[in-house]
Order: sequence, then C-alpha cells, then structure tokens
Amino acid sequence: MADEQPEHIVKSYGADLRRLADMTAEMGGLVESQINDAVIALVRRDTALAARVVEADPRVDALQREIESFAVRLLALRQPVAGDLRVIVAAFKIAGDLERIGDYAANAAKRSLVLSQLPAVSSLNGFQRMARMVLENLKGAIDALARSDAEKAREVWRSDASVDEVYNGIFRELLTHMMEDPRNISAATHLLFIAKNLERVGDHATNIAELVYYAVRGQELDPDRPKGDTSAFAVVRPRD
Amino acid sequence: MNELVSDTARPDAAVGAFGGIQARNAEALNTPRIACRNLDFFYGDFRALKSINLDFPDRQVTGMIGPSGCGKSTLLRVLNRMYDLYPGQRAQGEVLLDGENIIAPSVDINALRARIGMVFQKPTPFPMTIRENIAFGIRLHEKMSKSQLDERIEWALSRAAIWDEVKDRLDTNAMGLSGGQQQRLCIARTIAVRPEVILFDEPTSALDPISTLKIEELIDELKRDFTIVIVTHNMQQAARCADQVAFFYLGEMIEVAPAAQLFTAPREPKTQEYITGRFG
Repeated sequence: MADEQPEHIVKSYGADLRRLADMTAEMGGLVESQINDAVIALVRRDTALAARVVEADPRVDALQREIESFAVRLLALRQPVAGDLRVIVAAFKIAGDLERIGDYAANAAKRSLVLSQLPAVSSLNGFQRMARMVLENLKGAIDALARSDAEKAREVWRSDASVDEVYNGIFRELLTHMMEDPRNISAATHLLFIAKNLERVGDHATNIAELVYYAVRGQELDPDRPKGDTSAFAVVRPRD
Repeated sequence: MNELVSDTARPDAAVGAFGGIQARNAEALNTPRIACRNLDFFYGDFRALKSINLDFPDRQVTGMIGPSGCGKSTLLRVLNRMYDLYPGQRAQGEVLLDGENIIAPSVDINALRARIGMVFQKPTPFPMTIRENIAFGIRLHEKMSKSQLDERIEWALSRAAIWDEVKDRLDTNAMGLSGGQQQRLCIARTIAVRPEVILFDEPTSALDPISTLKIEELIDELKRDFTIVIVTHNMQQAARCADQVAFFYLGEMIEVAPAAQLFTAPREPKTQEYITGRFG
C-alpha cells in the first residue's frame, strides 16, 4: 500500500502483502456494491434486489474473518515493521470498518423490504442525494486504499461534513412528515434508520481514508475534522 | 451549558487511527551523555564515517543498525578509542563525554576505558577462575581490601544476573561456563570497574534465543545505571532493547529516532527499505 518502493528481498513476503491488498480490495468492492444495491432497492422498491443484498452479507463477514486471520498470521510470522506494519494493521482495521458498512447495507435492505409494503411517505430525493455522496466517498476511500493514494484519502476525509449536512436535512424533513400525519410514522422511522445507516457509512468511509493516509504516509490526519451532524440538537436544544 | 454529544462524534478520533503510537513517539529522551559532533573516521584514505552528529542520551539504550560496512561498528570502536591500537586509523571532529573531547590525543586511554566499557560479539572470558576474571580489571584501576574486592565481585556478578549460577563455583575456570553464562560474566567484568557507558558489539549473535533474552533483560536492567550503546544486526533486538535507534548506511547516519517511531514510521525512504527488507 505504501508509495512506490523496491521489491521485498523475501519474495513470498511481498506476495503475502499483495495478497492482503487484493483481499482488502475485493472486500471493498463487494461492500461498495452492497450499499449501491441497497439504495437502488429502496428507491425502486425492488424486493428481489433487496433480498440479494441481505443474502450476500455473510460473504462480507467471511471476508473480514479471512483478512483478519491473514493479518494476524503476517504479524506473527513476518514481524513486520514500518510501512509493512502500517499496511497490515490498517488492513486489519479497514476490514472491521468494511464489515460494519456491509451490515448497514443489509440492514437498509431489510428495512426497504418492509417499506415496499407501506405507502410512500415522501419523495426520496434527499435520500438519493445523500446516498450518492456517501457512495462517492466510499468509492473514493476504496480507490485510495487500492491505489495507496494518500491525497485521495485526504480528499475523502475532508468531504464527509457535507454528508452530515444532508443528513440533518433528511432528519428534519422526516420529522415534519411524522408530525403532519401519524400514519407516516412507521415508514418515516424506517427511513430515518436507513438515513442514519448511510450517515454511518460515511463515517466509516472517513475512518478508512484516515487509515489509508496513515498507512501510506506514517502520519495521522488532523483529528479535529469538522463535523456537521447537529441532528441531536433538533430534539434537545442545548441551553446557554 | 448542556453539552449534548452528537451521535456521530467518534471518541476514538482524538486517539488517532493507530492508538497511542504517535503519542509514544514524543517520549522524551534524556540529556546526552556522549555527543558526536561532525565526526569523521578514516581507515588510511578510506572515509568510513562521514560527519556524524549523534547524541547518546544518559541512562538510555541507543541501538545502531545498518548493513555490513555501514560504519556502526566503526563508531563503536571510536567511542572507546579501540582504533588507537591500529596505525593509519584516525578520527576527526569531536566525541564529547560529559563535555570533554575524548578523541583528543591528550586523553588518558586507560582511564577512558574504565569509564566506557565494551562487551564483544563472542564471549571473551580470560582462561582463569570466575573470581579472577572479575578481579583482574578492578585491580588495574583501583586499590582495595580483600573484603571490598569480594563485595565488588558479588555486586558485579549480581548486576549481571549470573551470581546465583556461579556463587558456589567462583574458583573454577570460567571456560567451563556455557556461552550465555560466559557473556554475562563478560558483562559483569565490564561493569565491575563501574563505567558510565557500556558498548555492546553484537552481544548475542553467538547465543541461543533464551540466553539472548536474558542478555536483553539484563540490558534493560542495566540502563537504570549506565548509558548503553548496542550495535546489532538483529533489528528485532534493536526494537526490543533500544530507546532510540540510529540507522547507518555507507558511513553516514541516515536517521535517528525513538525506536517506536523508527520501526513504525521512519522518515527516510532508505530506512524504510532497510528495515522492511527491501534493500537494493
């Protein structure tokens, strides 16, 4: 994952590191399409697609276990240091982030199966906009991972705040629908959970970007990233 | 002020992606006991060390790593003027021990070597009893009574973590000890004259893994009282033992950093290539 560098003297070690990178890239690709399909299933009320997303989740979990046990094996047998160590630890943690993202996709798909039975509560424009932004960030993070691109990682890391803003908008919109007509509450609540899931996906994409940046550069991004989720204040307002 | 924590706040963000690694990088190193300033070394016309500037912090372990011929052992030999024995070898610049330039010709070499002891790659016990091995060096530097001498011998052997193994056989020949015991005996012999600095040149390369760990534990123990410099080909050993690690290549010091930093995020690409095994 680190910047261009000479081949490892021990060829099998180099091959192991490439295999780890390939496994992580495969898991990233799978998770990206899971989120993509979950959103399409929701918007198009496509229950068959939603069911496929739910079915594919165990494959994501299996990949996480494979990556983690392979990373532990490399730590034990190769005693990695410097860039190699950072790459292996990053892969271990990224597998955890990707697994969570996979769970959010499966959860959103399950909810969209329920939603397809209920009348539509509102236009899903905000949703689609947020999904596009999250997917773009996720794709960016996974590209940065696959190409060891620290600058791309930094870019993804910076852009998460705008996702939070759209999430706040969706939150207020759904709250309005629920207040207007209590019959909307069931569907709006599911939508709210899905929105929250997508917002969490954005956070995990940011985590991945941070890990990629550290693995490549050996420095951490500034931890004071601007955060934009103020939805907690929409219910309970802080007193001065 | 009602501090409502937003549910996207990630408490781990402040720690950073890799936990405490960067925090540990900031570990303070002690003030230097030895300081090399623009140090050059020549074997005849060959310049084996090129303008080295390196501090050895007081009562800490400095590891020196690098490929064969990089100058790390040469630097160790400069620190106690081992090179004085060989014509055509000379050092330029300054090596300051407590502010005094120890490569100046006026320095009393015997006194210097009592202050800066050295332990070699292969255990080098003298072919005499265990007791005499320790007493020999003490008598060169100090006059003391028999009981004081016995006390000092016990102290040195205890500090070198070998007392319990040899206390009942002090008057047997040291050559009968195992390799690991011989090396600890040599360490006892070195610390018996109460030096300030101990130089270790590949101290465990001839030892089995358990004896190696015992020496490493001993080094960790000794750094409370002594400033330690260790040259090793075993990078894991440098990682385990050293507070700071210096990487040498072709007579230059490429990088020096706290061990935790050098082995997780070295600054120089050359260091990264060497320690990860990508050396051209």
